Amino acid sequence: MANYSTNEFKPGLKVMLDGEPCSILENEFVKPGKGQAFNRVKLRNLKSGRVWERTFRSGESLEGADVMDHDLEYSYTDGEFWYFMDPDSFEQHAADKAAVGETEKWLKEQEKYEVTLYNGSPLSVTPPNFIELEITETDPGLKGDTAQGGSKPATLSTGAVVRVPLFISQGEVIRVDTRSGEYVSRASKS
Amino acid sequence: MATDWRPGAALTALRARAKLLSDLRAFFAAQAVMEVETPLLCRAGVTDPALEPLVVDTHEGLRFLQTSPEYAMKRLLAAGSGDIYQISKAFRAGEVGRRHNPEYTLLEYYRLDVDHRVLAREVAALVSRLLARDGWQVWPYRTLFRQLLQVDPFHDPVSRLVTAAEAAAGEIPDDLDRDGLLDLLMSHAIEPQLAEWGVVVVTDYPASQAALARTAVVDGEVVGCRFECYADGVELANGYWELGDPHELRQRFHADNRRRLALGLPERPIDEAMLAAHEAGLPACAGVALGVDRLLALQLGTRDIRDVVSFDWSRS
Repeated sequence: MANYSTNEFKPGLKVMLDGEPCSILENEFVKPGKGQAFNRVKLRNLKSGRVWERTFRSGESLEGADVMDHDLEYSYTDGEFWYFMDPDSFEQHAADKAAVGETEKWLKEQEKYEVTLYNGSPLSVTPPNFIELEITETDPGLKGDTAQGGSKPATLSTGAVVRVPLFISQGEVIRVDTRSGEYVSRASKS
Repeated sequence: MATDWRPGAALTALRARAKLLSDLRAFFAAQAVMEVETPLLCRAGVTDPALEPLVVDTHEGLRFLQTSPEYAMKRLLAAGSGDIYQISKAFRAGEVGRRHNPEYTLLEYYRLDVDHRVLAREVAALVSRLLARDGWQVWPYRTLFRQLLQVDPFHDPVSRLVTAAEAAAGEIPDDLDRDGLLDLLMSHAIEPQLAEWGVVVVTDYPASQAALARTAVVDGEVVGCRFECYADGVELANGYWELGDPHELRQRFHADNRRRLALGLPERPIDEAMLAAHEAGLPACAGVALGVDRLLALQLGTRDIRDVVSFDWSRS
């Protein structure tokens, strides 16, 4: 991989630090008029998700990390791994529990997910911002309650539980914001 | 996508810039300080290891875009100009950030027969007036470090400086020398605290950071007769009681070049015309360089000089 100097550090650049792939969040150049220049850098460790703060001498460089984001289709799980397929090459990638993390509850077959590959292996899986899922279980809907507020829990086909309005019933497909885990609307009929 | 041709600064900021430039010129006109111009493209650059000039390939060889007009202005002083000032562009390769643009506007001025402390007060008064502040504070460098960090920058062992630097900045480069550690403490630990202090002058630097200032013994310590003026934690100006001795200057330039080689940087030619002017005699004087873009940013209440430069580095 190429090396990147501190003046090439831009938010989103993927670099290796202490043997771990990291994504640069912030880079601030600090320098007195007379004296040495430094770069104060914030990086997210892509494996642990932790944010690191480091000070580099300006002009120092880090090796780029072989980290790429791909849009892959979720296929299935065997309980240990979750399998994602590249729709162009049909290549399969197996993501482990650590890579899938919280996204597990939004995994729907044939849906596309942003899979971050590090040296070819999945490092993290990010769901689309909005996803349409079927309600497999919720208390019976209350007719005529559409104007009133109020909500109830509903279990979705992926196992996720979200709060939905009282008028939504079992078997309906709803649109959910995966970032907040909130109900957005009934799914558009198409 | 359409090319973004518009200025990065609001037109109100550009009007404020015009006003600031005219206020500065009025300040010097009222005191009979002469405005001068010197070349932007020079045969020799500075030897300072922390400054990288931009090099221009002219039809008659390489020239350096000036990192400050200091050397040429000292030649004017030696030629008998008397008090002089200049508002010009200066250039520093690779310096890009909220407070840095590789091409920036610098006010540089010299006063005969004053020392750095007198000049520091004049600069602090000028800055306080332009920023509508009530007054300013003056702190010796050593006192500031002892007060704010419980570190003695002149005498504490390097290990103590490393501990303090790590406390301020987390993990740090492991090959910093004493001055590197002090620079890091200044930018990471002291400047953020000065943000609450308004206009602050720091004087009497470690002799190793004297740059082109003369040295003197103050309270039994050898110090560099240098000052910096900060406003709200932003470094605005750097000044010297100027070193006039050509032999000591030459030694410092050679020492700079040795440090450059040790750091793997190219050696820089020494400005012989500047040294010859000192041989002829630089009158006793103090000089200061002030960052006009930063001063304007502070006037307008922004922390980013890109808000006050018509077309910054990314738009030029």
